[in-house]
Amino acid sequence: MFKTPDYSHITSQDCQLVYEPAEDTFLLLDALEKEFETLQNLRPLICVEVGCGAGVVITFLASLLKSDTLCFGTDINYNAAQLSQKTSNQNGMTVNTIVSDLVNALQPRLNGLIDVLIFNPPYVLTPSEEVGSRDIVASWAGGIDGRQVIDRILPIIPTVLSPKGVFYLLILKENKQDEIEDIMNSHGFEMAVVLQRRTGPERLSVLKFTRIDMTYA
Amino acid sequence: MFLTVFRRMKLLTHNMLTSHVKGVTNGYPLNIEAKDVRVQEVDFNPEFIARMIPKMEYEVLVQAAQSVGHLGNLPPELVTDYENNDEFLKEAHRVMMMVEVVEGSLVCPESGRKFPISNGIPNMLLNEDEV
Repeated sequence: MFKTPDYSHITSQDCQLVYEPAEDTFLLLDALEKEFETLQNLRPLICVEVGCGAGVVITFLASLLKSDTLCFGTDINYNAAQLSQKTSNQNGMTVNTIVSDLVNALQPRLNGLIDVLIFNPPYVLTPSEEVGSRDIVASWAGGIDGRQVIDRILPIIPTVLSPKGVFYLLILKENKQDEIEDIMNSHGFEMAVVLQRRTGPERLSVLKFTRIDMTYA
Repeated sequence: MFLTVFRRMKLLTHNMLTSHVKGVTNGYPLNIEAKDVRVQEVDFNPEFIARMIPKMEYEVLVQAAQSVGHLGNLPPELVTDYENNDEFLKEAHRVMMMVEVVEGSLVCPESGRKFPISNGIPNMLLNEDEV
């Protein structure tokens, strides 16, 4: 239904510095497309993708929501932020890219204001020491259970999301979905699985979290 | 194909950024030291601007516009009934969406730490000893 953003400008040199669009990226695009009606009804004003990488996902979201939405992309890797900006421009979209650790630089200003937050985290199980880089390694190295970066963003979600806000998180089976669900339940969020796919050795899911108590929405 | 237009840091983005240098209690708003500022045409969406205004720190927007020399006719105080004031919304649109910083720095108001803006992208990362 919706066109995958053009990323033909991404060179092999870029791919040495930034994670290139792959199966996980495309699963997230499919999940957002599936969520299109929900997203439209939400009328999001502010959307943020954390770890925007090559920028394909946030560019796709910007193209779904047109100019009614302000889109931010953050990445801890400067080269990724720059490539994201290129990708959005290449597709005639505006994504405001920032080099930041998670949503840090946008806090506290965007606390309670983010309507859609997307995170395709570094989910690969690696030794702990590999976590915390600021280059391409940051795009995959997830540490123990591939959860070390995921577990840093979960407690921030209740603070940054707007009352009606939605959080989309891509995970690998080994990241232990049940544990993530429990953590988010304890923060007052319910979970739904938007899409699941097996790609090669990886079993990937896109999860969606919304507040259980929507009374302020 | 689209004619590729390069977008850079908008004053709208500046309005949302805070410095978190260790020990700093008030890292907002950041001062702008601009070396290269451009104004670029962006489609005017009055409804979006009207929805965005209440999420802005208006005073900070005014200061930012002034500091880069593009205040124009943006009133120093937010006008009442701005949703229906097309002239105001157009000015706000120009300042929020069209004025872009290409090169320069954002400066933490308390510590003086400079965050570089290069190719229109602010780098808000801190070194390990600053966190």
